[in-house]
Formats: sequence, C-alpha cells, structure tokens
Amino acid sequence: MKTHYLQWSVLSLLLVIASWNTARPGNINVCSDCSITSVQQAIQQARPYDTILVHHGIYPEFNIVIDKPLYIRGMGQPVIDGENRGEIIQILSDSVTLDGITIRNVETSYTKDHAAIRIIQSRDFLLQNLLVEDFFFGIYLQKSNNGTIRNNQLRGNGINEFGSGNGIHLWYAQHVLIENNEIQGARDGIYFEFADSSIIRNNYSHHNIRYGLHFMFSNHDVYEHNTFEQNGAGVAVMFSKNIDMISNTFTQNWGPSSYGLLLKEIYDANIQGNKFIKNTIGIQVEGSNRINYTENDFAENGWALKIRGAIYSNTFTQNNFLHNSFDLSYNSKLHDNVFVSNYWSKYTGYDLDRDGIGDVPYRPVNLFSYIVNRIPESIILLRSLFMDLVDFSEKVSPAFTPDHLVDPSPLMKKVP
Amino acid sequence: MLKILKYSFYDLMRSRWSYVYFIFYLLLGFGLLFLNHDLSKGVITMMNIIVVLVPLIGTIFGIMYYYNSKEFTELLLAQPIRRSRIFLGQYLGVAGSLTMCLTLGLGIPFVIYGLFRSDAIWQFGLLILIGAFLTFIFTALAFNIAINNENRIKGFGYAILLWLFMAVLFDGIFLIALITFEQYPLDNFSLLATLFNPIDLSRILILLKLDISALLGYTGAVFKQFFGTHIGFLTSMSTLVLWTIVPILLLIRAAKRKDF
Repeated sequence: MKTHYLQWSVLSLLLVIASWNTARPGNINVCSDCSITSVQQAIQQARPYDTILVHHGIYPEFNIVIDKPLYIRGMGQPVIDGENRGEIIQILSDSVTLDGITIRNVETSYTKDHAAIRIIQSRDFLLQNLLVEDFFFGIYLQKSNNGTIRNNQLRGNGINEFGSGNGIHLWYAQHVLIENNEIQGARDGIYFEFADSSIIRNNYSHHNIRYGLHFMFSNHDVYEHNTFEQNGAGVAVMFSKNIDMISNTFTQNWGPSSYGLLLKEIYDANIQGNKFIKNTIGIQVEGSNRINYTENDFAENGWALKIRGAIYSNTFTQNNFLHNSFDLSYNSKLHDNVFVSNYWSKYTGYDLDRDGIGDVPYRPVNLFSYIVNRIPESIILLRSLFMDLVDFSEKVSPAFTPDHLVDPSPLMKKVP
Repeated sequence: MLKILKYSFYDLMRSRWSYVYFIFYLLLGFGLLFLNHDLSKGVITMMNIIVVLVPLIGTIFGIMYYYNSKEFTELLLAQPIRRSRIFLGQYLGVAGSLTMCLTLGLGIPFVIYGLFRSDAIWQFGLLILIGAFLTFIFTALAFNIAINNENRIKGFGYAILLWLFMAVLFDGIFLIALITFEQYPLDNFSLLATLFNPIDLSRILILLKLDISALLGYTGAVFKQFFGTHIGFLTSMSTLVLWTIVPILLLIRAAKRKDF
C-alpha cells in the first residue's frame, strides 16, 4: 500500500514537472554554428513567450513573420539583411519584444510600403536598441496599440520624396511611447496618422527629406524635448486637436519653402518652452485656433511667426523674439488674438517707472513685412536703404501697419 | 595717359581725404569683426554699408576732384595731349585710388581675422568686386555731371541727386510700380528693373550668394534661377561692365566736344 502511494506521488510529481517544463519559456539560440541558423526557423520552433537569442553574425532573411509572443534578443548586434528583397520583419502577435538587432536593406518599392519592421494589429510591443539602416519604411505600426519604441537608430538613405518612406510610421495607433530615437535620411522622421494619445520624447530627428515629425488627424498627443534639425521642414502638425508641444528645439530648417513648425487647422494646442533657431520661418500658422504660445524663444529666423488666414483665440505671451529678420507677418484682422508681455529685441521704447514693462506699446508688424505680405515680389527690396528709411519713419509715426496689432506691455528684459 | 593717371593717383594718395576714407573702412572692418567674429555675417553688414556708401563717396570724390583740378586740367589742355587721355587719366586716377582704399581698408581686417581660412572668401571677393564696380560707375557718372556743368553748385546738386535717385528713389518708384501692378506677374519685371540700377543689382547679387537668400522665397527662386546660372551671372556682370563703359564713353565724347 505504502509503495503504491509513493509510486503515485512520484508519477504525479513527474507530470507536474513535465507540464511546468512545457509552459516555462525556453531559450532558443540562433547562430551560424548552432542547430538553428535562421531567425525564421527559430520563430517556427519557438513556443509562445520563448526567448530567441540571435548571436552575432549576418542573417540574410526577409519576410520574417512573428506570429506568437516572443522576446527576440540580439547578442552582439547581429544583422538581419533583407538584401533589398521585400519587407523584413512582420509582427502579427501581441507582446513581442525586439532588442539589440541591426536590420538593413529594405526593398524600395513604388507600389508597396515595405518596412523594416511592420506591426499589424498587435498590442504590447517593445522595440528597443535597434539599428535600422537603408530602409524604405523603418518601423511601421498598423492598427497597433500600447507599445514602446525606444533607443533606436534609424538611418535612411532617401534622396527624394517619392523614393523614400518614413522612419517611424504610425497608422491607427494609440498609447505608443516613442523616446530616445535618432532618425535621419527618411522622408518624414516620425509620421502620425490617426495616432492618438501617444508620447514622443527626447528624439533627435535630422536631415530628413520632408519633415522631422508629421501629424495628420492625430489627437491628444504630446511631443517634448525633441530636436528637429536640418529637415526639409521641422515639424508639420495638420488637422489635429489637443497636441502639446513642449520644450522642443527646431533649428536650421532653412530653405525657400522651409519652416520650423507648420500648424495647419490645429485646435486647442499648447506650444510652450520651445526654441526656434535659424529657420526660414519659425512657425507658419494656417487657420489654427485656441493655441497658447508661451515661453518660446524665436532667434535669428527669417520670419519668427508667419500667420496666414484667419485665426481665433490665440495667445502669445512671455515669448522671446530675438534678432529675426521679421518678427511677425500677419495678413488678416486681429480678431481676439492677444500679443501680450513678450520680449522683442527690436523694441526701442523706455521704462520710466522701472517695472520691467515698456511704457510704449510695440508693433511687431513693420511696414516692410506688411508690404511683403501684400506683394511678395517686393521682398527683393530686402536690406535696401529705401526700405530701412521707410520702416524707420513708419516706426516713428505709424500710418500703414495695423494699429490694433500691438503688444501693449512689451518686456524690457528677456524671459529667462 | 599713364602719366596723368599716375599723377592723379599719387595726388589723391597724398590727399587727406583718401586717408580718411581708408581709415574709415579699416576701423569699420576691425570694429565689426571685433564685435562679431563671423566673417559671413560681416560680409552681410559690409554689403549694407558698401552699396550705399561707395556710390556716395564715388560721386562726391569724383565731382570734387574734377572741380578742384580744373585749372590744372586747363593747363594740360594747352599741351599737345589728346583730350580723352587727360580726362581718362584723371578719372582712372580717382576711381583707382578709391578702389584701393576700399580694398585695403576692408581687406586688412578681414585677412587678419582669417579670411583665407574661411569659406567666406568668395563672398568677400564678390563684395570687393562689386565695390570696385560701384566706384568706377559712380565716379564716371560724377565726371559726366561735372564736365557738363560749369556751375559748381549745380554740379554738386545734380551729383547728390543722382546718388539719391539710385540709392533711394529708384526703389521707391520700383515699389510703387509693384503696388500699382500687383495683379500681374511681376517676377520678370522686377528682374528687369534691377538691371537698370547698379546699386540694386549689386545688392541682389550679394544677397543671393548668402544664406539669407532663402528669405526671398518664390521671387528669390526666380532671381536665383537667373543670377545663379552662369548666363545670369555673366549677364549681370556684363550689365555692370556696361554701366561702367557707357559713362566713360559719354565722358570722352563730352570732353572732345566741350569748348573750354
């Protein structure tokens, strides 16, 4: 009787161990001398929640499909080389992590949007420490939510807009965190289309052909502490609501049709603490309402602010306008927009009671800016003696410039 | 002719005003570069000053020199020397010494602040070239005015008026034309209009070589398309040459016909 009992217990223990063994995630090694030599093979053999360790080496593979939750980790930065033969990795499952892998050579196609990594209708993904080189599209999110993309490097080789794709492309995505990535040589560094409630933080997007960051129809997003440098144009935010743009740097987006930030049909945004340095146009605003512009620095731009079309209920306070060729270009009525308590480096008024606020209102639109607005060809008189004289006389006794467009309390000192 | 040129040149080189002119540029160059080490920014500021000041000084020096050396000229006329040589010699002496003041006055500070090591050297070269052109053009125009006006006050008046017209009024008229015809495409018109004023032409030539040209937008693109190409650059340069040669020819003609 006793032995019988013991036999049963040993057997049940074995069963428990066996079943635990099947449920427990295992490690699968991929390397050139291992039993498994390709990533695709490893994925096919893996069970859900396994870890695949891809060791140093070059793996010429494309159309890899990840259809179960997996943790794929590169050891010593292995390279998956698509050899320009199509898409490289497709993720079709929730909870997939890619870490520390180089992915390169995505086929450029004029009919299909091939991506280095495409995530389709999946949740809880994590893409980190990846190096994506020579991509068409880099990371493409398609109806995927709740993921993180961080510490990646994307280096594209785009030459023109039609022959290149976007670095990080979101299409119908929510709650995605994109941080600490560096993106260059793409068409748009980061592209949002119907991407809501996402955060873009600490990225460096530079030398992209079109925009550093591009929003279309995306709401409730935040981008902060990013740097956008030398892109075709810095950031374009279009047809979106409730976007917070905080402490970003927009610099050297310089060219005949370039700008730091383009706002087109944007409502209820918050633009705070950003730096716009050496852009042809700091912010180009087209039909955007209820936006707060506070504590931004506009330095050495061609135009600091170029406002086109009617805008309503915008406030511009505590901004620094430093040595721009034109501080403001404005072509409609003031409506209920407010320019108040900004620092203007061109302000020449005085402060008798020493309260830090100039006693004479400042007019940000000078006559030349007004004329250029009406007749673009007259820009050819830039820096001519005639224009300087006219501007000076207009400043002394305003006759043409809109007299209601004033900052009634210009600051005497820069906002720190 | 060379002898007269040499005489005029040395005469002017010894004159106080040449030194003032030279030292002015020297101080301006040093002051500017001391405040801001960026050479290409320096070129922009210099451009602003040069396109206004060089024509003014050229005009005034030219007319002053002609009237001051009138007795000497009459003495020379009594000698067996061709008239064109006398006047050309004097003209080249004045314009040459002014150009030298400009080149040295600006060149020394820019070279000391590392012109040869920077990529602003072409822009600076263009600036000096344009400064020289403006000097030659406006001195020639001043000589023309002087030779046609015995009355010094009148001559001075016309010379100042000429400068005022080219530096300020022309742009005003240009702007009025732009406003009047704003319904029409004006790019080619404005392109053409700049060719009629050496000051505007110089300003735009320099502007287009600097990054600030991005501000010019679409109009700038049209201009760049024209001036940026070899043909455009040659056209504008030959326009400047034409602006120099035509007044000189007129001067020679007036000198030949004038009854002293």
